[in-house]
Amino acid sequence: MLLLSKKQDWLGNVRGDLLAGTVVALALIPEAIAFSIIAGVDPKVGLYASFCIAVITALIGGRPGMISAATGAMALLMVTLVKDHGLQYLLAATLLTGVFQIIAGYLKLGSLMSFISRSVVTGFVNALAILIFMAQLPELTNVSWHVYAMTAGGLGIIYLFPYVPFIGKSIPSPLVCITVLSGLAVYLQLDIRTVGDMGELPDTLPIFLWPEVPLNLETLKIILPYSLPLAVVGLLESLMTATIVDDLTDTSSDKNRECKGQGIANIGAGLLGGMAGCAMIGQSVINVKSGGRGRLSTMVAGVFLLIMVVFLDEWIKQIPMAALVAVMIMVSIGTFSWGSIIDLKHHPLSTNIIMLSTVTVVVWTHNLALGVFVGVLLGALFFANKISHFMYVESSFDEPTDTRSYEVVGQVFFNSADKFTNSFDFKEAVSKVVIDLQRAHFWDISSVGALDKVVIKFRREGAEVEVIGLNEASTTIIDRFGVHDKPEEIEKVMGGH
Amino acid sequence: MNTNKKIVLACIDGSALTNAVCDYSAWIAQRVDVPLKLLHTIDHHHEKAANTDLSGNIGMDSREHLLEDMADQEQEQSKIRLQQGKVVLAEAKERAIQAGITDPLTRLQHGNLLESLSDIEQDIRVLVIGARGKQHEDQENEIGAKIDALIRSLHRPILVAYEAFKTPEQIMIAYDGSEAADKAVDMVATSPLYKGLVCHLVCVSKKDSSGTLLEQAASKLRAAGDIEIITASLQGKAEEELCTYQSTHNIDMTIMGAFSHTRLHDILLGSFTHKMLLKTKKPLLLLR
Repeated sequence: MLLLSKKQDWLGNVRGDLLAGTVVALALIPEAIAFSIIAGVDPKVGLYASFCIAVITALIGGRPGMISAATGAMALLMVTLVKDHGLQYLLAATLLTGVFQIIAGYLKLGSLMSFISRSVVTGFVNALAILIFMAQLPELTNVSWHVYAMTAGGLGIIYLFPYVPFIGKSIPSPLVCITVLSGLAVYLQLDIRTVGDMGELPDTLPIFLWPEVPLNLETLKIILPYSLPLAVVGLLESLMTATIVDDLTDTSSDKNRECKGQGIANIGAGLLGGMAGCAMIGQSVINVKSGGRGRLSTMVAGVFLLIMVVFLDEWIKQIPMAALVAVMIMVSIGTFSWGSIIDLKHHPLSTNIIMLSTVTVVVWTHNLALGVFVGVLLGALFFANKISHFMYVESSFDEPTDTRSYEVVGQVFFNSADKFTNSFDFKEAVSKVVIDLQRAHFWDISSVGALDKVVIKFRREGAEVEVIGLNEASTTIIDRFGVHDKPEEIEKVMGGH
Repeated sequence: MNTNKKIVLACIDGSALTNAVCDYSAWIAQRVDVPLKLLHTIDHHHEKAANTDLSGNIGMDSREHLLEDMADQEQEQSKIRLQQGKVVLAEAKERAIQAGITDPLTRLQHGNLLESLSDIEQDIRVLVIGARGKQHEDQENEIGAKIDALIRSLHRPILVAYEAFKTPEQIMIAYDGSEAADKAVDMVATSPLYKGLVCHLVCVSKKDSSGTLLEQAASKLRAAGDIEIITASLQGKAEEELCTYQSTHNIDMTIMGAFSHTRLHDILLGSFTHKMLLKTKKPLLLLR
């Protein structure tokens, strides 16, 4: 089933996909190396992962044209696992991550993305950009001025080369940056760090390996705390990226299939000696910009990447780290949502707090899952707070019968329950109290409890209490909202508001 | 079956066959007395990239800028196509009114034709489409790229138009004794569309039993009344014999069951429906 795809997903855009895939492959190489360095593993781990994840998601992913590979978001989560337990445990954790993601796909957890508000998404990408940038800092501290010059020059090439007439838009500028800086470093015989210094590069095609870890509970205890956040962050970034690609290309994607695809891709990566990965926002944007739309583009990116690193490993070793840093700064600049800084001025405070908290928590913990969790939680609390304002109680007094009538209008739930209780005047001595709930909505047990409290208080004061419309008001308590999904049903329940 | 709500749907794209499609659909709509709807779809081909920028870099807010640029570009193109679509529909509507349809419905829709049709399949009584769309307009011996897939995926009668309209007087049922062919005969017997026409029931087969089957089918049709039946048994290659019969007997429309075999069978042995679609010059009404 997962292998089924439309012919046009593969062959609808052959020329564009081939070109875009090649451009992406060129940009993926420095990224995969950089993210391996973040995770603390040899560059080949990230490169094998990128190959494997790109190829598998091309075949079975739910979003054609999206680029998945080894990513910074994932690499940041595995730093301590690699440091404390080594590569083999990382591979095992990668397998488990894949299993979790497949399960999430079958449980259709992709739909939970609807709880993630726009502010959280903005916070996520901003935090990711900041972390990618911060990860470059070690390469820029305690180094000679040559490195600064080269990084600055590299950034200059990346952003200015596209303005060169004729060839500017047909040769990827990150490639030009890497080639020029490598040539310069070799020609001037500069003593600066190169990719070759960072660890092993692939010299063969990847081979199938089962991680060398004991299969026991001890292992599970070690990898589980890593696999879960890896699975969550991987799916989050993948689904966010899928939405971005959906919007850019004005097409739709199968989010749950994407979850399964990511899972299988991670299992594949783990078995071929690669680290866990997910979809990449920056690369997917580059792919679309370069004219990539179909599955072929992702496939070409993966295959071309492997061919290049296996056959050009002697050349790739000589790439100065400064060139890589320049490319990664570009990725960081491209991932950050700069518009969100301007938006801070005119967005509501609650929105800004959600975005900034997400960023702060992520930058502080290096864990995107925690940041998203905090963002979603805050979002829910702010929403509950807002809704609780939509409740008021009106009252009228009927002298002849000595009756005080209260009419409750709006949303009564845990957050507005106290406000509800405080709206009644218990000091007033009357013989009868009527509480009209026909225009109120009771959302949970807290609201029923609050009503009980009010009724008992009035009775203790010696008043007869009559409650009108409790049944209508409490229809919203039930958890099975399926029956209320039809417009006429909703009108029945929510009517009059 | 509630046929009152169903419609005759004409798929038009402004190509050479659009007028024929209009006329045939108007003819059917009038004869079976159901509303006529003219459909034009604007397929955006989002799977194809419009332009490429291989500079491979991303800068400040390039995501937003890219989206903005792509939206701008597509808006321009879409506006033009929207305008064209409206013109095509207006012309078709005019033609349908002249053909005697009092109030033809029109619908301009975005998206892939096949998907759009699948969505409204249950409302369709008969679908009318030209054998060639814009892309194959000048290739007389070709049929449109979508026709096969379209006929396969829709389970409604489909009339494929090849040439300018000629009021059908003599029709032919390609009969092979199969279940699909019997179903076709049943549909012809019960539909008001064929009343008063001369119907040739033609069978191309080597089997001896085909004669009796043919007679059975013929008597069924005769029992339905108001339809003149001529039977013929032929031998040879079915699609060639049928097409020869078509031209020698002035057949105006051919009716047959379509794609009754599995796709695998058709891939291995070739599909008769597909051969007929390629070979015939007269409108083909495919019953599924």
